[in-house]
Amino acid sequence: MQIRVNERSWTVNAAPDTPLLYVLMNELQLQGPRFGCGLAQCGSCSVLVNGVETRSCVTAVSKVEGKSVTTLEGLPAWYAAQKKLAKAPALHPVQQAMIDEQAVQCGYCFNGMIIKSSELLSKTPRPTEAQIRTAMNGHLCRCGTYPRIMKAIQRASVAMAGGAA
Amino acid sequence: MTKEMIRRDFLKTGGALVIGFSLRDKLAAQERGTKAGPPDARQVDTWLAIHADNTATVYIGFAELGQGASTALLQIAAEELDLDMSQIKTVRLDTNVTPNQGGTYSSASINRGGPQVRTAAAEARLALLKLASASLNTPQTQLTVSKGVVSGSGRSVTYGELVGDKPFNVTFTGTAPVKPTTEYKIVGTKFPRNDTPAKVSAQYTYMQYVRVPGMLHGRVVRPRGQRMYGAGAKIVSVDEASIRAIAGARAVRKGDFLGVVAENEWDAIRAAQQLKVVWETPSALPGNAGLHEHMRAFKTEDSIVLERGNVATGLSGAAHMVSQTCLGPYHAHAPFGPNCAVADVKADSALVMCSTQDVYGTRNSLSRLLGMPAEKIRVQYYEGSGTYGHSCYDDVAQAVTLLSQLAGKPVRLQFMRWDEHGWDNYGPAHLGEVRAAADANGKIVAYEYQGWQHGWSNTETSAQLIGTPTSEWPGGAVQGVNRLTCGGMYDIPNLKLVNHKLPVTAYLKGGWLRSPLDLSFAFASEQAIDQLAYLSGIDPYEFRQRNMADMRWLGVLNAAAQAAKWSPRKAAANLSRASVVTGRGIGLGTHLTSYGGAVAEIEVNRDTGRVVAKHLYGAIDAGQVVNPGFVESQIMGQLVQTASRMFKEEVKFDQTGVTSLDWSSYPILRFDECPEVTAVVVQRLDQRSTGAGEEVMAAAAAAIANAFFDATGVRMKEFPLTPGRVLAALGGPKAA
Repeated sequence: MQIRVNERSWTVNAAPDTPLLYVLMNELQLQGPRFGCGLAQCGSCSVLVNGVETRSCVTAVSKVEGKSVTTLEGLPAWYAAQKKLAKAPALHPVQQAMIDEQAVQCGYCFNGMIIKSSELLSKTPRPTEAQIRTAMNGHLCRCGTYPRIMKAIQRASVAMAGGAA
Repeated sequence: MTKEMIRRDFLKTGGALVIGFSLRDKLAAQERGTKAGPPDARQVDTWLAIHADNTATVYIGFAELGQGASTALLQIAAEELDLDMSQIKTVRLDTNVTPNQGGTYSSASINRGGPQVRTAAAEARLALLKLASASLNTPQTQLTVSKGVVSGSGRSVTYGELVGDKPFNVTFTGTAPVKPTTEYKIVGTKFPRNDTPAKVSAQYTYMQYVRVPGMLHGRVVRPRGQRMYGAGAKIVSVDEASIRAIAGARAVRKGDFLGVVAENEWDAIRAAQQLKVVWETPSALPGNAGLHEHMRAFKTEDSIVLERGNVATGLSGAAHMVSQTCLGPYHAHAPFGPNCAVADVKADSALVMCSTQDVYGTRNSLSRLLGMPAEKIRVQYYEGSGTYGHSCYDDVAQAVTLLSQLAGKPVRLQFMRWDEHGWDNYGPAHLGEVRAAADANGKIVAYEYQGWQHGWSNTETSAQLIGTPTSEWPGGAVQGVNRLTCGGMYDIPNLKLVNHKLPVTAYLKGGWLRSPLDLSFAFASEQAIDQLAYLSGIDPYEFRQRNMADMRWLGVLNAAAQAAKWSPRKAAANLSRASVVTGRGIGLGTHLTSYGGAVAEIEVNRDTGRVVAKHLYGAIDAGQVVNPGFVESQIMGQLVQTASRMFKEEVKFDQTGVTSLDWSSYPILRFDECPEVTAVVVQRLDQRSTGAGEEVMAAAAAAIANAFFDATGVRMKEFPLTPGRVLAALGGPKAA
């Protein structure tokens, strides 16, 4: 089976019903998507499939054939393509904002947090606090970093609009 | 190996004298990691290496648990060595490499580890200055150091030039001077975390990503949800044919320990789910509905924690008296990523990679499990997700060790969500009875706290399932009534704290969970104090000020109140019959060290019973704060986690076992109900550093409970403050 991940085509050996997460972690050896619950409850395994945040732990690999999968690793290039930038930045503005706000504690949930907030900002460039809370509500954090994640999303929103972050 | 190295060294360097020196250095460098630790803590080389490029590696015995301790400890070392933060790094914990500083718990990293790292760095600096003095032909007292460059007599030499990658071979002198705090440039400053860039860009190798060649994927097979601790989980039968259709997967078993291994991870997951097992289903637990009644009636082991004056005399005839019973639930660690470990067990050695808080402690437990000497076992630490205490990291390490031994191959074991939630070492439930009294002047005259809870379990589930008898973790102050959180901040002439210890074997597995039991203690104790303020007709902030025992407690109380712009008024003075009412509350509390104060502003919906924290303010005095940014971050995390634990979290179980198995059956706080938070660090550079990772949760729990009273005029007796409990306390849904 062929799948397209981070703008590259990969041949995978997994059985078609294998959740995408295990293919990304074990065959492609990516370190963005990660196992959290296997039940689509927490968001740690999130990837973008054709730009839509998707829980890879419950999505069979066969379902993404012919689609474009973006993981945390491919996010800067995905952003560059969206913004028609000549060159991909080292980090997506949301990633940079998470550093600037020192939002991370253990960081395990941040794959999903960054994927989801990238999706949000691609659709809603200047979200209100209420829109951020609603969009992010399906993503859990055990360390209690929500307040700084919300600040970081707002900071990234300003940066993406070309303003001073 | 030695022969080969001598030959190569000779060819490379060509001079006898150089060979001798270089060989010793190379051996020393290579030796790090080849011998079982712990290395000698009195040797500078154990703690530090200076490299030729004028950078340093610090060997630290504390795990990075996502709280920033590894960066903060490097700040301490960089400060003493006069290095830039960019010149200094650390390595992962490894029983063959890093020193044994004890486990990374009880807020110990900076509290206990800070002085050790500071002493080691000071010893290294002294040794470096001795070398520089000789090299520059200048007395030590006339040398200055900046960024690892030592200057004197108009010349300079770098640390790298002095010892670059060579061992110090220096034993601690015990006389190395440490830098006066007035000269600090790095300690006390907000440096960014050194792990953040890798963590946001998929470059960080969490335990869950570790793979070794030739390994199998494993899963444990257990009933969903633990049974009574001590009852284990007894297998009646296993139908191995039930997974025959999954090629490459097989079951392995030792006693009641059951697992599956497969080359492919998804096959292992499917096999664990499809393997037909009949388990015994005992009905030995009280169930969470009857839990506290069961605890109160159980025969306990009683002890007096603290007693002064005469409480009975103090209570009798006092102007105002409070007597109440409060209940706290079991809470789960529920790390966001279930624990994972990799093991390669051979006939006479084992390598285990896991997310333990204590590599040497885990090595000892694996030694007992395998019957193999500890020195034959190497344990390496890889960070998992935030554990906040004794989650299943030891159990997963034991389980993967058994799987590897049984399968005869290296195995990676990822716990599933239900394994982690269902077989946790839960923060124990609690019942607290408080009696307190104040005189007519608003002075607390008597205070009594009686607490019921069980302690921590010492036998991991995996060990238990292969037949190891269950035992309790050795007793200690931290598992009983806390003399600081329970009235310790007030000047009370008559006081008595009584501990009623329940046997852990009659309940669920217990373990230390961030600020163990303190939320329950503060919920009971600080509501009683607050009620005395109410009965005395005094603002609760002012009432606490009047009774304060210690200036540092007063400092955090004032800091939290000022941050919240507290204006004096009696609690519950603005009661309203509106659907949504608001309230504010104040509270104090801590864990074993430091001082915590908090204010909560909450909203209660009297129709739905939903309670939401709108703004939480938390202040910590942890003495000298090495990195105020990290402590602010810890305060934020503690406030949000406290809201989660006070409003949402409760481990549910029936008479057979635990039924809270995932985020749906064990909900936690989400974005929609996340409060605004204000963190205040009370910096005291002249005081010893104490813990800051768990010391404001008790205060915040108390502030929330007191805010509920302010909003409704009703005292909650049990948390979490779920809609059902709130509606029941308020007398059912408000009549339309």
